[in-house]
Amino acid sequence: MSPWFGRLNWGSTPFSDAIANPDTSNLVAAGAAALVVGGTLFTLYFLTRRHLWGRLWHDWLTTADHKKIGVMYVVLALVMMARAVIEGVVMRGQQAVVLHGDFLSAEHFGELFSTHGTIMIFFVAMPLVIGLINIVVPLQIGTRDVAFPVMNQVSLGLTTAGAALVMVSLVIGRFSTGGWTAYPPYTEAVFNPGVGPDYWIWAVVISGFGSMLSGINFAVTIYKLRAPGMSYMRMPLFTWTALCTAIMLIYAMPPVTVSSLMLALDRNLGFHFFTNDLGGNMMNYANIFWMFGHPEVYILVLPAYGVWSEVASTFTAKTLYGYTSLVIATMAIAVISFTVWLHHFFTMGQGNSVNIAFGIATMIIAVPTGVKVYDWMATLWRGRIRMTVPMVYLTGFFILFVIGGLSGMVLANPTIDYQVHNTLFLVAHFHNVLIPGVLFGMLAGIHYWFPKVFGFRLDERLGLWTAGLWIGGFCLTFLPLYVLGLLGMPRRMPSFSDPAYAPWALIAGFGALILLSAMIMLFVTLWVSARHRDRLAVPLGDPWDGRSLEWAIPAPVPEWNFAVIPRVAAREAFAVEKARGDPYPRPRVYQDITLPKNTALGAIICMAATLTGFALVWHIWWLAALSLALIPGALIVRAFVRETGRVIPAAEVAHAHEAWLDAIVRATGVTRDDETGSANRGLAAPDG
Amino acid sequence: MSEARRERRNYLLGTGLSILLSLLAFGSVIGPFGKTIALWVISVSAVVQILVQLRFFLHIGLGRQKREDLLLILFSLLLLCIMVGGTLWILTNLAQRMT
Amino acid sequence: MVNRMSAHLHPGLNLGSAHGAAHERSEPVLFGFWIFLMSDLITFGILFATYATNTGQIGLAGGPGPGDLFDLKSIGLQTGFLLASSLTCGMASLALKYDEGTSRVAQWLVVTALLGGGFLAFEVRDFASMISSGGTPMRSAWLSSLYALVGLHGLHVTMGLIWIAVMLALLAVAGLSDRFKTRLLMFALYWHFLDLLWIGIFSVVFLAGMT
Repeated sequence: MSPWFGRLNWGSTPFSDAIANPDTSNLVAAGAAALVVGGTLFTLYFLTRRHLWGRLWHDWLTTADHKKIGVMYVVLALVMMARAVIEGVVMRGQQAVVLHGDFLSAEHFGELFSTHGTIMIFFVAMPLVIGLINIVVPLQIGTRDVAFPVMNQVSLGLTTAGAALVMVSLVIGRFSTGGWTAYPPYTEAVFNPGVGPDYWIWAVVISGFGSMLSGINFAVTIYKLRAPGMSYMRMPLFTWTALCTAIMLIYAMPPVTVSSLMLALDRNLGFHFFTNDLGGNMMNYANIFWMFGHPEVYILVLPAYGVWSEVASTFTAKTLYGYTSLVIATMAIAVISFTVWLHHFFTMGQGNSVNIAFGIATMIIAVPTGVKVYDWMATLWRGRIRMTVPMVYLTGFFILFVIGGLSGMVLANPTIDYQVHNTLFLVAHFHNVLIPGVLFGMLAGIHYWFPKVFGFRLDERLGLWTAGLWIGGFCLTFLPLYVLGLLGMPRRMPSFSDPAYAPWALIAGFGALILLSAMIMLFVTLWVSARHRDRLAVPLGDPWDGRSLEWAIPAPVPEWNFAVIPRVAAREAFAVEKARGDPYPRPRVYQDITLPKNTALGAIICMAATLTGFALVWHIWWLAALSLALIPGALIVRAFVRETGRVIPAAEVAHAHEAWLDAIVRATGVTRDDETGSANRGLAAPDG
Repeated sequence: MSEARRERRNYLLGTGLSILLSLLAFGSVIGPFGKTIALWVISVSAVVQILVQLRFFLHIGLGRQKREDLLLILFSLLLLCIMVGGTLWILTNLAQRMT
Repeated sequence: MVNRMSAHLHPGLNLGSAHGAAHERSEPVLFGFWIFLMSDLITFGILFATYATNTGQIGLAGGPGPGDLFDLKSIGLQTGFLLASSLTCGMASLALKYDEGTSRVAQWLVVTALLGGGFLAFEVRDFASMISSGGTPMRSAWLSSLYALVGLHGLHVTMGLIWIAVMLALLAVAGLSDRFKTRLLMFALYWHFLDLLWIGIFSVVFLAGMT
């Protein structure tokens, strides 16, 4: 222990472990660490060589534009997803070959399932959801930005800081082996005095603040900034799900912040919230954590449901069926999700009455989702369905997610849960709802709204291959896990000895490789599409014959979103106008537009938060205090800044907008059948 | 001018009521009353004092625009009851089964 | 849709249409801050629940209890200080709303800060004396919960004092700007909210503990 470096020392890296003891497990760890170091160095080199630092700073890291912030969230998610998918593949690989000689130590396997879960929930799924909401919702409600653009930046910074801590843990020190839930007393100082649980705590606490602030931002945006005429019942379903997600974020993030900070107090200052002695109550940790944990999964899935509503109606050219029931179902899910948390620990000692009450609540929450599924199917019924990439994901969702939901109903019964809790049956269930639910929804949403953000579509054929690989890979990897769970195989086990498990584990291992190729194919799709962006360009803004407000503006969307804030007269206003024959009204008057100035506040807070987290992990107290003080310091300095906006003159807006309107008048639209062809410039032809 | 005086008086009224209610609560503990009575007095006076301060300091009311603010408090209260009530029920149940 | 210039646009004291843009711009900001306070309420709620479950024999773990450590006189004084500061905060808001001038607003803010400081002084003194009697947060789960709940509230009060200092500096530099007005209203919301929490704390922790 040194006052300057805390408990940091030269032996704190996987490189020194691998040198001291070069077994397979340590070499894998060192290899991963080398990848992180190498990747970081390469990125720095690339940016310097191509002189991109200036553009990176001015166009991206200091912007307060919700569209760019949303894109950065998605980029963060995709980078972290690469790591987490590889970790999943390594774990499946270990279990596929374990009877013939494994290659991972138990400790290493423990870190893998902990980072895999933590990254997937906090640094893949959450950023995907928050990123997509960031990009789309202001466009759907007809406003120029979110309510608090600079706070939006800060949220991104805090989330990135958490992700950075998890990435650093791969190189310096080690991550927790306590799972993504980090239950004490295992994660208390007496059993785990090292840095692992501390990395987990600070990554979760710091990014948790960011997520909570995003929730506030989205809620205020939707409540207060809707365009004139857009009443609540005229909002698109994606916006409705975003609103309920925002409210859930606000109420669900405090519990995990509290439970994590209590654990930190136990570990660092010797408090007794969850210890074995002096009155600690470890069950309270599970209790508080899952008060967050359950709403969290609905926070992830509701926006996916929102995407399905948009996709189902757009690609069948029909009004969404059962709008009101979808809205009520969304609100019901949001509220009921706060009443079911005990089902995550049915087996931990409660009596019948408690278990039964929460079991019933858990079964009730399936009903609104069922209503939604029927509404989407009714939307498809007698519609003119086009099987584009988002529709393929929707199909995968329909078939697979329902299986996951049903396995959830099985688990909701406490008696049955006693048999399958913490087996691979549970693991199969939650991947079954997360992948076909959240991941497919986000991928469909990315594919759907990508042209709006970047001005060109993604390659359809590559997109279909990607979707197919995700669907097939999911089935091969996770459906066998149901069988394994029913055969009795526990979760989080690096090895097993029952040969009956082996064939299923082998299939799952093979499936994991398919999932890896699906992810690679996703990156290939993005890369190839970018290279062919001229062929795929849709500057006129409406490639799918969309129905809501965001499709009535150019692609890529101009900084100011709407040249003139629209006046909304109906639900699906854009579809109504197109049917009537008068879309794209030409404004008579243009006004100056004020947008937020760029600011470094988010970037500064990101760096300060990362340093604070790192210092707290390694007990470098002076650094922790200094970098923590930087955060309110930066905020106070910001409070004294007088000019926070910049004006875009009306003439500039008019010029850009008129040019776009003229291009629309000159262009010929494509019918829906030709939307994936190269003639699609983003103008939809009226129905033939 | 009367508007300002009215508002000022409301703040003073709120403060005065709060002092009274606090004295009541403290008095029930310091005085010769039994435990049950004291707990009742403490609880009721706390709830009333919170309502008083919500009304006079935070201007929560039943008027049309104020209703949105009220609804947010009520919703938060609902979730709070579920979380706190749930915690008390679960942990007491566990404690009973452990003894 | 709501009349944009109606008198009550957001929670807490509203400036009213006489303040024009300041009143309008306050709507989303105060609403957002109100929502943040709701999330803070949940945070404290969980700490309250944890505290409540630790008040039994197991939570006390044979260590010192409320009877050994609490000083109701000090708690009474703290209650008085915080309540008084809530009043003076209200006076500062009214001074802003009814254009009583920069110095009047500043004076009320200074008094609020002094009263808040008084609250903190007695609270810190209580903590110190509890610690010297062996009532450290490491002694038992009950003590850990006590320090977490009361301590977090005290931390909020401290941050409020820093906030007042920043506002006074802003006042000196830029006067009664629109942004200052919005910030003062936010502060008032925050400060009153802290007094509400204190009602919960002195009732549930100190008074109930001494029965």
